[in-house]
Amino acid sequence: MTRQKITVDANEAVAYVAYRLNEVIAIYPITPSSGMGELADAWSAAKIPNIWGTVPLVVEMQSEGGAAGAVHGALQTGSLTTTFTASQGLLLMIPNMYKIAGELTPAVFHVSARTVATHALSIFGDHSDVMATRQTGWALLASRSPQEAHDMALIAQAASLRSRIPFLHFFDGFRTSHEVNKIEYLSEDDLRAMIDMEAVRQHRARALSPDHPVLRGTAMNPDVFFQAREAINPFYNACPAIVQEAMDQFARLTGRSYHLFDYAGAPDAERVIILMGSGAETAEETALYLQQQGERVGVVTVRLYRPFSLESLMKALPASVQKIAVLDRTKEPGAAGEPLYEDVVTAVTEALRTGKAPFQHLPVMVAGRYGLSSKEFTPGMVKAIFDELKSDTPRNHFTVGIVDDVSHTSLDYDASFSIEHPQTVRCVFFGLGADGTVGANKNSIKIIGEETDNYAQGYFVYDSKKSGSVTISHLRFGPRPIRAPYLIQPGQANFVACHQFTFLERLDVLKYAAPGAVFLLNSIYPPDQVWDHLPREVQQTIIDKKLKFYVIDAYEVAQKTGMGGRINTIMQTCFFAISGVLPRDEAIAQIKKSIEKTYGKRGEAVVKRNFEAVDHTLDNLFEVKVPDRVTSTFSRRKAVADEAPAFVRETLAPMMVFEGDNLPVSKLPVDGTFPTATARWEKRNIALEIPVWDPEVCIQCGKCALVCPHAVIRQKVYDPKYLENAPETFKSTPAKFKEFPGMMFTIQVAPEDCTGCALCVEACPAKNKSQVGLKAINMAPQPPLRETERVNWEFFLSLPEVDRTAISVGTVKNSQLLEPLFEFSGACAGCGETPYVKLVSQLFGDRTVIANATGCSSIYGGNLPTTPWAVNREGRGPAWSNSLFEDNAEFGLGMRLTIDKQSEFARELLVALAPQIGQVLVDAILTADQTSETGIKAQRERVAQLKQVLQSLKDPRATMLLDLADFLVRKSVWIIGGDGWAYDIGYGGLDHVLASGRDVNILVLDTEVYSNTGGQSSKATPRAAVAKFAANGKNLPKKDLGMIAMAYGYVYVARVAMGYNDAQTLKAFLEADAYEGPSLIIAYSHCIAHGIDMRKGLEQQKLAVQAGVWPVFRYNPMLSEEGKNPLQLDSRDPSVPVEDYAYNETRYRMLLQSDESRAEALMKLAREDAIRRWKLYQQMAAIQYNGHGQEPAAGKSE
Amino acid sequence: MADLTTTYLGLKLKNPLVASASPLSKKVEGVKRLEDAGISAVVMYSLFEEQIVHESHALDYYLTRGSESFAEALTYFPDLERYNVGPESYLELIYRIKKAVSIPVIGSLNGISTGGWINYARRIEEAGADALELNIYYVPTDPQLTSQELEATYVQLVRDVRSQIQIPLAVKLSPYFTALPNLAAQLAEAGANGLVLFNRFYQPDLDIESLDVVPNLVLSTSDELRLPLRWVAILYGRIKADLALSSGVHSARDVVKALMAGANVAMTTSELLAKGIGRATEILTDLNNWLDEFEYTSVQQMIGSMSQQAVAEPAAFERANYMKALMSYDNRIIW
Repeated sequence: MTRQKITVDANEAVAYVAYRLNEVIAIYPITPSSGMGELADAWSAAKIPNIWGTVPLVVEMQSEGGAAGAVHGALQTGSLTTTFTASQGLLLMIPNMYKIAGELTPAVFHVSARTVATHALSIFGDHSDVMATRQTGWALLASRSPQEAHDMALIAQAASLRSRIPFLHFFDGFRTSHEVNKIEYLSEDDLRAMIDMEAVRQHRARALSPDHPVLRGTAMNPDVFFQAREAINPFYNACPAIVQEAMDQFARLTGRSYHLFDYAGAPDAERVIILMGSGAETAEETALYLQQQGERVGVVTVRLYRPFSLESLMKALPASVQKIAVLDRTKEPGAAGEPLYEDVVTAVTEALRTGKAPFQHLPVMVAGRYGLSSKEFTPGMVKAIFDELKSDTPRNHFTVGIVDDVSHTSLDYDASFSIEHPQTVRCVFFGLGADGTVGANKNSIKIIGEETDNYAQGYFVYDSKKSGSVTISHLRFGPRPIRAPYLIQPGQANFVACHQFTFLERLDVLKYAAPGAVFLLNSIYPPDQVWDHLPREVQQTIIDKKLKFYVIDAYEVAQKTGMGGRINTIMQTCFFAISGVLPRDEAIAQIKKSIEKTYGKRGEAVVKRNFEAVDHTLDNLFEVKVPDRVTSTFSRRKAVADEAPAFVRETLAPMMVFEGDNLPVSKLPVDGTFPTATARWEKRNIALEIPVWDPEVCIQCGKCALVCPHAVIRQKVYDPKYLENAPETFKSTPAKFKEFPGMMFTIQVAPEDCTGCALCVEACPAKNKSQVGLKAINMAPQPPLRETERVNWEFFLSLPEVDRTAISVGTVKNSQLLEPLFEFSGACAGCGETPYVKLVSQLFGDRTVIANATGCSSIYGGNLPTTPWAVNREGRGPAWSNSLFEDNAEFGLGMRLTIDKQSEFARELLVALAPQIGQVLVDAILTADQTSETGIKAQRERVAQLKQVLQSLKDPRATMLLDLADFLVRKSVWIIGGDGWAYDIGYGGLDHVLASGRDVNILVLDTEVYSNTGGQSSKATPRAAVAKFAANGKNLPKKDLGMIAMAYGYVYVARVAMGYNDAQTLKAFLEADAYEGPSLIIAYSHCIAHGIDMRKGLEQQKLAVQAGVWPVFRYNPMLSEEGKNPLQLDSRDPSVPVEDYAYNETRYRMLLQSDESRAEALMKLAREDAIRRWKLYQQMAAIQYNGHGQEPAAGKSE
Repeated sequence: MADLTTTYLGLKLKNPLVASASPLSKKVEGVKRLEDAGISAVVMYSLFEEQIVHESHALDYYLTRGSESFAEALTYFPDLERYNVGPESYLELIYRIKKAVSIPVIGSLNGISTGGWINYARRIEEAGADALELNIYYVPTDPQLTSQELEATYVQLVRDVRSQIQIPLAVKLSPYFTALPNLAAQLAEAGANGLVLFNRFYQPDLDIESLDVVPNLVLSTSDELRLPLRWVAILYGRIKADLALSSGVHSARDVVKALMAGANVAMTTSELLAKGIGRATEILTDLNNWLDEFEYTSVQQMIGSMSQQAVAEPAAFERANYMKALMSYDNRIIW
């Protein structure tokens, strides 16, 4: 039987099987498993049936814990049920996993194994999550590659049904889940052949049903629990053999043979490595290579890790083995060894003792850690381990892949060691996220894999920025299957493409090039001029490695053919033309076919435009005659300026240029603590255009600074005397602030940090009266301005900050004189969240602790290399931390509790020490009014005085008070997160924190989807909008979180939209902070996931309010004390049709385009939702209060 | 009762009241209601090639933007099975309307490229339209573009489309031509079976407080009838094409005027949008009554009866009329 060979990643390969073998799928998004759930949801929406002819029911839950609960329930009532998850998500499933296993329920969870957050979160792959489930009673089945993941997904399901043991099938997150590889696809007949229908029938027969009722999930007492727990043993004993039977059946069906433990290498191997996951493939390939060199080495791949079959392991190990290295892709600090190592040691010693071992003497067994958080694991590292095993006393508990200069655990390895087959072609592409490089390469891999006899592999590396991100694509293809789950190593690429000329200024792109390789560069300079524009290092490498050098001005071709900034198909055409993998004509035909397939349903115009780009490419592709000497007068730029702090220079700078792998252990903090204010050192220069200020037109309203998502546009008022040393082009105008007569005013842009989003221009209300197309802020090309504005920016920073006590911050204009302490984040250009976050930093940043839920805000707020939270000149600024996704409200509450307790304790100590400190100072501190900036400043001065006094006291309580004295100055706690957190996964905690009455400020950045993981639906998603997991349009209305919070009566609640009314937004933030109880602000945050022109984000906010879908209000419990209604509506009756707002956004529009009648039906309901909610608010706001309203929240903490 | 039947583009119509392109034809139900109200033919709302191209590019842009840039969010939207961003939904609507009504359905097309005009014209024909109206909407802003070049483009366009389709072809014109009769004759020569006078353009307005140029579409009034009335009267009998009068038709009297000037049909939309589709029934009743009252036996009897060639004083439609009007105006001031 001939099966289809297709090129897919493991997520798709696994989801294909899982979807077809289940009836109910409960999902929740988490990287890197989200793709499986998204596919399942999309297939379900498209009515694709499973192998039994029914369309699986896919339901999104509020958390992985919820998903596991739903899975448990569905299983108990007899459905074939699955889910997909990873990392923290898997941890949340653990309680249910115990139950499901304890009840002997067949099911399979598919896990793209990912690092569990410890000192830091990491979205990348290792086995720390899977290892945390090894005690639950689930079978753990590992895959090494996309093909194996595809196969094991089926084997797991078959074995689970037969054994009644639930299976966790796992494969390495990103390295396998996201690796595109050519695999043989199983047919639905294959799936049917492997599934034992009698087992399915039995599963259903065991289900809970009132027609044959049973009771499951009892509570047991000491008399029987133990025995009942042991009663399960026969099932575990039988399981390994059942799995092997399934593998054998699978081998008969497909020809691909697997074993619980698979050995590869020399039959007489003395040195053996045991490991599982993708690293095993690298190790196996390396062992086979070394075997050919005469080395007696081998590798055991662990497939079935639980139940652990001692007998099968012994069968796999060669009798000749003398030394074994067991590798774990996890770290278990404090353990005798990592889990797989401990299991192997136990098994080997037990087998030897019981005569089951193939050898007579106990081999030397050592443990090693590798590959945490997708750290590369290469043949060079494998060889280093085999070499280490040659030693009489090989190092134990070693690490490989890093330089550990602290504990000296790491093995040295030869980074240049390669086992790449000479017939395999290796290509590396540097691109921008926005230019479509990755998409084009995925297409290329599909073309090569599916339209030629070649095997092909693609893997893609992204940086952590959401704007201006760099991508590196690693492509391999050739006549042999590609079993190389590691990046193309430096010096190994036959083809290197750099799709952005400016990368050459800062990245060592050509380090990947092999001698004689091809170098393709997207260059605005023609072939006869490009050489002189290359840095010296690049020229030298081209000459030394004798590279064949091609250029194309892809942007010009793209402009001419209407492609804008998308150069994907152009560079793809160049790649095929140069690489020769296919004859040119055939390659172009295949590219066009692929374009049809990819873009066809988006319309003929899109296809036509891409075709034109392809057709215009080759005439613009030129080979460059390479000179024989270096002529350039400049070198590659340093990652950061010399004046950057040492930590930034030595630790963060290498990360910025993709050299972080080379950092030794000693360069990293021991506990995940990092300095703030580091983003200012990473000058990314990603804006093509930046704002330019026109002082003549400016009305000094502050709106541009307020809305700037990246804090790159700022304003200051200052004494004219400072202008004496101003740079020539520095602009200034008399300040129009009543508080600052005679002062000067400047709006300045940070040219190298701006993303060019133009939100400031949209916000600017001042138009040039002689030419209304111009405003007080206008966009202009960045390169000619870069240097002068950089100098101006430096000068601007040197001007003194405004005295916070000198102004009332109650107006937008004044608020924007406050220094932002959140700057230059990696958020999307035009982000709708960050202006709110920045406002918090301006208003309260110097006295704020922030608890940040996982999500976009934790990524642009805390993803290395550099972070945006900053400090002022006094060294104060927001202290920030991210705990988890689900617990952020509680995390923030904990911070509040500390502040409350420590300040209480400090006050107690203050009273106790009053005789020694002096009653006047003590009284002043205890009775200080800290409701204003002036009051806070005065209190800080008192505390400084107090500290001086305390230092002279000998009383041990004085030392203690010294530690706590800062808590005597008012602190704010801001709990920040997105709607996925607040409405879904963290809602229970958020509700409890609101109910607690404590003084916390909760800011919900409501984008109405899970933005960070790619736009999955949340309970904040509005009716009629399309989102992932709501592909047919959300059919239920948005949850009204504000209404729920108002029900408490003592919670300050505000709904704001900066684009509708910035003054209302500002007022809400100030009132929330001032309110001495829980506050909740729900902020409309336009988002890239809405599919809007991000420049129009503020306009959409306004329309949302005017259409009634986002009424803005403030509910201030303090008003009820005054006998007033606490609810104040800050917007007017809906005046714009909902569709006039909604159909500006792709999320709504795409439903109209795909299913007009459903779109219209949902839109009608959405209109009704808006009207109904507005009327309800109106009624609430109209209630007469008589002065007997709610008590203020203070003191309600019980 | 008078015979209301007329012919337009070779189509035999039960009366001369035709619904011109408007949102009323965006639903099958809307067209059915027009038919029920007595409308004799309907011109579909226009298929704008520019809009199709724009929607297609916009969809592609927004589905692609931000994708493959960030490891956690390789895309931001689910990839739906299909998108109706091409002309398909328009074509399907024609097909469904044709199934649902018995009155002729005239497709309407506004293209931006030669390929687009021809391609979409063919597909509108294939979808079952009884005729096609080319809605040539172009505002020339380039000082280098001459009127001759522009007119030649129009004529060539009609020729190209005519050569590709079999169904009757009408061209909807703007009033802004220096020598309209000449262009009309050229278009007829190139294969236009009918001319529709005139297209009403969106006329932008200026908001002098916000300093924005704002779109402003106001419905027509009976006063606007006079411009097409004059030109229908002038063209009638001079070119080999049917004439349809569009703009300013709000009452039976307006219909009568249109017919007397020489139009085969009178097209109305604003009146129906403002007062409801049922207004068509009233107009037709009024028309019948008027014909009876003034003892006309058929509509045919009056078509062109007051065209320039038919009236006693042809100059009344020319410049002299302007002068006379001014004088009468002045007289009134003096009085």
